[in-house]
Amino acid sequence: MFVPTTEKERQEMLRKIGVGSFDELVGSIPEKARNPAYRLPKALTEMELARHMEALGAQNRLPLSFLGGGAQEHYIPAAVWAVALRGEFATAYTPYQAEASQGTLQLIYEFQSMVCRLLEMEVANASHYDGASALAEAVNVALLDFDGRNPGRRGAVKKVIFPETLHPHYRATLKTYFHQRADVRLECLPCPDGTLAPSVLAGYVDDSTAAVAASCPNFFGLLEPAGELCRAAHARGALFIACVDPVGMGILEPPGSYGADLAVAEGIGLGIPPSFGGPSLGLVAAKRSLLRKMPGRFCGLTADRDGRRGYVLTLQAREQHIRREKSSSNVCTNQALCATAATIHMALLGPEGLREAAELCYGLSHELASALADIPGFRLKFGGASFYNEFVLQCPQDASQAQKFLLKDDILAGYPLGADYPWLKDCLLVCATETKTRADLRRLAEAARKLPVAAAR
Amino acid sequence: MFNPEICLYAKSHEWAHVDGESATAGISDHAQHEITDVVYVELPQVGRVVEQGKPCAVVESVKAAFDVYSPFSGEISEVNAELASHPEWVNQAPHGQGWFFKVRLAKPGEKENLMSFEQYREFIKTGK
Amino acid sequence: MINQGEATIFEKSVPQRRAIRFPATEGLPSSKDGLPAEHRRAASAALPEASELDVVRHYTRLSQLNFSIDTHFYPLGSCTMKYNPKINDQIALGPRFSKLHPLQPDETAQGILEALFRLERALCELCGMDAFTLQPSAGAQGEFVGVLVARAYHQKRGENRTEILIPDSAHGTNPASASLGALTPISVRSNARGRLDLADFKSRLSPKTALVMLTVPNTLGLFEDDILEIAEAAHRAGALLYMDGANFNALAGLVKPGDLGVDMAHLNLHKTFSTPHGGGGPGAGPLGVKKHLEDFLPVPRVVEEAGLYRLRGDFPLSVGRVRAFFGNVGVLVRAYCYLRRHSAKEFRQISESAILHANYLKALLKPAFEAFVDEPCMHECILQTDPKRMNGVRTMDVAKRLLEYGFYAPTVYFPLIVPEAMMLEPTETESKQTLDEFARAMLAIAEEARKTPERVKAAPQSLPVKRLDEVGAARNPDLSWPGRVSSS
Repeated sequence: MFVPTTEKERQEMLRKIGVGSFDELVGSIPEKARNPAYRLPKALTEMELARHMEALGAQNRLPLSFLGGGAQEHYIPAAVWAVALRGEFATAYTPYQAEASQGTLQLIYEFQSMVCRLLEMEVANASHYDGASALAEAVNVALLDFDGRNPGRRGAVKKVIFPETLHPHYRATLKTYFHQRADVRLECLPCPDGTLAPSVLAGYVDDSTAAVAASCPNFFGLLEPAGELCRAAHARGALFIACVDPVGMGILEPPGSYGADLAVAEGIGLGIPPSFGGPSLGLVAAKRSLLRKMPGRFCGLTADRDGRRGYVLTLQAREQHIRREKSSSNVCTNQALCATAATIHMALLGPEGLREAAELCYGLSHELASALADIPGFRLKFGGASFYNEFVLQCPQDASQAQKFLLKDDILAGYPLGADYPWLKDCLLVCATETKTRADLRRLAEAARKLPVAAAR
Repeated sequence: MFNPEICLYAKSHEWAHVDGESATAGISDHAQHEITDVVYVELPQVGRVVEQGKPCAVVESVKAAFDVYSPFSGEISEVNAELASHPEWVNQAPHGQGWFFKVRLAKPGEKENLMSFEQYREFIKTGK
Repeated sequence: MINQGEATIFEKSVPQRRAIRFPATEGLPSSKDGLPAEHRRAASAALPEASELDVVRHYTRLSQLNFSIDTHFYPLGSCTMKYNPKINDQIALGPRFSKLHPLQPDETAQGILEALFRLERALCELCGMDAFTLQPSAGAQGEFVGVLVARAYHQKRGENRTEILIPDSAHGTNPASASLGALTPISVRSNARGRLDLADFKSRLSPKTALVMLTVPNTLGLFEDDILEIAEAAHRAGALLYMDGANFNALAGLVKPGDLGVDMAHLNLHKTFSTPHGGGGPGAGPLGVKKHLEDFLPVPRVVEEAGLYRLRGDFPLSVGRVRAFFGNVGVLVRAYCYLRRHSAKEFRQISESAILHANYLKALLKPAFEAFVDEPCMHECILQTDPKRMNGVRTMDVAKRLLEYGFYAPTVYFPLIVPEAMMLEPTETESKQTLDEFARAMLAIAEEARKTPERVKAAPQSLPVKRLDEVGAARNPDLSWPGRVSSS
């Protein structure tokens, strides 16, 4: 327990308050509900807790992993968390009192600036929960923008279109966010070739389409023709939302350069460990014309009474604590400490470090893909298509079984796609980032060679 | 400049200046004082059909947002797009450069629901 | 021309300077050969170019411009700024938890799944609930899930209920979450005692009411003493009762929301269960429900089957997932650690101390600052500044002057229904000495307001910056340092 108050002090406080006993302070709680019985384990000391968590931790295995699937592992320089965990960052809260929070505020401003530069977008907010919820918020911005541009269509159904190559969790999240909205229809387009053809998209986009969302690289690691998809959306007045890989931005075309209206990304990899899925952060960026409809907080540069540079939370009158049900988002607490880590991480990498990391991802994954495709029984499912650092590997047997088999060699070879894509039951999604060495790649290839070929089905 | 003395006023502190079949609208000098520094104005889209007494615009200060209600029913025919880059005009000239929008009067008789300059002055003073 | 404060990292950047390098790529396939031109980045991202020391020093210096719990008393009401045990960070960021990939097969992640399973059970026990989802990333997302669960529940029963009743004292996220879930928020008045006005509440209950959303204790720091009657009326009307558990730090170990007729409640784990607030997050907003709502919870859920912990997604009535992967697991690990440090009795002592400290602070400040409702408060109290008695000094001035005395300010101008509000939440981890010192500073400021009000209105003078031009910032937002594209 972390309560410093002694019994003597407790009595002094009660006297000062002017009550005879503590119970007089909680008289408004219904008597019959007060002090119920609890079945909780006994309290542990710090040392006992450390031992308990070590024991639990030992039940978590860390095999040589080629898992990506929207949470790719990237190297985190030691300086990132050494600084981010400083109490002055970690134990402050939302910088409501700007004069006593200039550190957090300037950091958020630098974060917004770096995200704009990374994605070549005009404005970026102070972070959202994760990539999937960031996409849901971006779609909401597009819906609001559509209503604003079409005052005569209020209440009529608006379409949001995305390909099945969008991360399955992101698609599920969109469904959760919008299935209660009578005026929104989500349309998921099949992609048997692994990417969405612009001509196919053009057949679905019409004047009732508020947004097209696609990821590049997509869930299969393939590079969608994002620029052409963006143009197909714009041709009918729909906004284009790009989901991107932030580390990939070291070598891949940024969404701002092909005219994306909104861009979102999952921040795992920008100095943030995967931690079984979170916390990380969602990046949300947009064209400046959409600024007022954006979710979340913004930090702005301004001046104090003496003309000295200073930072404040700004555009707050858009937010839920002021606009309540009329605000465009309900977000309050965001992922600021992860944004802190991401900012320090991006500053440490710089343009060259980011490029080197992305280039290593590209090189290692391509070498791995060739090595695995050379093994009899294996092939690249979408052979001719360009990919970045992840690819779909067709296995000689059910992919879940293959994954299990390779786990015996303490290797997590990839993510079996069958649960999300029944037509890819024999496929693994395999990823290699800069954290892998060529020896790691050889180890996977050698283990894969031993995989028994399943009996013909 | 829309002479305040010949404008009509709503209890929600908008003014309307009727000119033939349409009216120009904005917020009163009293309202801009209460709101303090206006930092942003969200205006309706031209072509939108609004109703008397229903919200159709928003004024923001640093720490608050206020709905602006249309003084008349009808179609929005023009908005003061300059307010996007000059929200301070709402404070500096609420009856001039700080006007909000023009509405084509669908029901001119609605002016019976509005107050005269003198009535509005009394309303601010006494709340009646 | 604006004077220089601490320069930005972009101004400190020097072309070609490096910190982190990666191994050479010799012999590996190159993107220059393989990546089609239309996918290639033309100019590299214009990130800063700095040495490792440049970066470490820059951000360390920035950190020193902050107030924080570790350095200052931080009585920010409704945020529960209590001490965050350091071991929790150490465990959550240790490799055995932080390096786990979210798509690992269940059998390779038994340790984390067990911790999550046990966390759920413990939260159920503390709240008197039957099931919990740990997925929501923050309180607001927990509320949103609650709204969706309520909609799904009513729809399953063939009812299309579209309204939600929310007190006018509620936090802004409540109505915002309701709108996001396509429910229409109906505001209910508070009475002179700072509680929900029962008559107004009952007049607004109808066959359209899906949900009643109460914050307990409410944002005025008061327990809704009519809650049993509210619950009964809501249930009679066919509606569900939701408890916003942002203020659970006053209740843990003292009362179970489930015993009060609450059908579902979210908790802000970063508050009551002590994850450092990180300058604005991350948090976690798990939602607990009674049995009749369990089937609607988001997926995936942690289950125990034949001695194995598993993530299961096959719940056909589920509202779906609200984010990728499982949730803010690092925050959940910290909450589990905090939970295991305390017995039920100790939780009760925590709540009691939080309540005691708030009432003590209120008593100390009474000579100068009026309490909005003059009766015992729970874990936080709402005081008001009276500019008429203080030569025009307002709550914002008091807040700014407090910073100069070395204390972070309370939450100000919230709840919206209280003029000149100050919301103080001292938490259980602050000592009597700190509370006494803080009270002395507040009384000194009240004295200054009488004698030298201009001094208070001009505060702060001694911080890194004086009062900032927020109007200019909002009228012409400067949200990023110029230079989007690298010049190279």
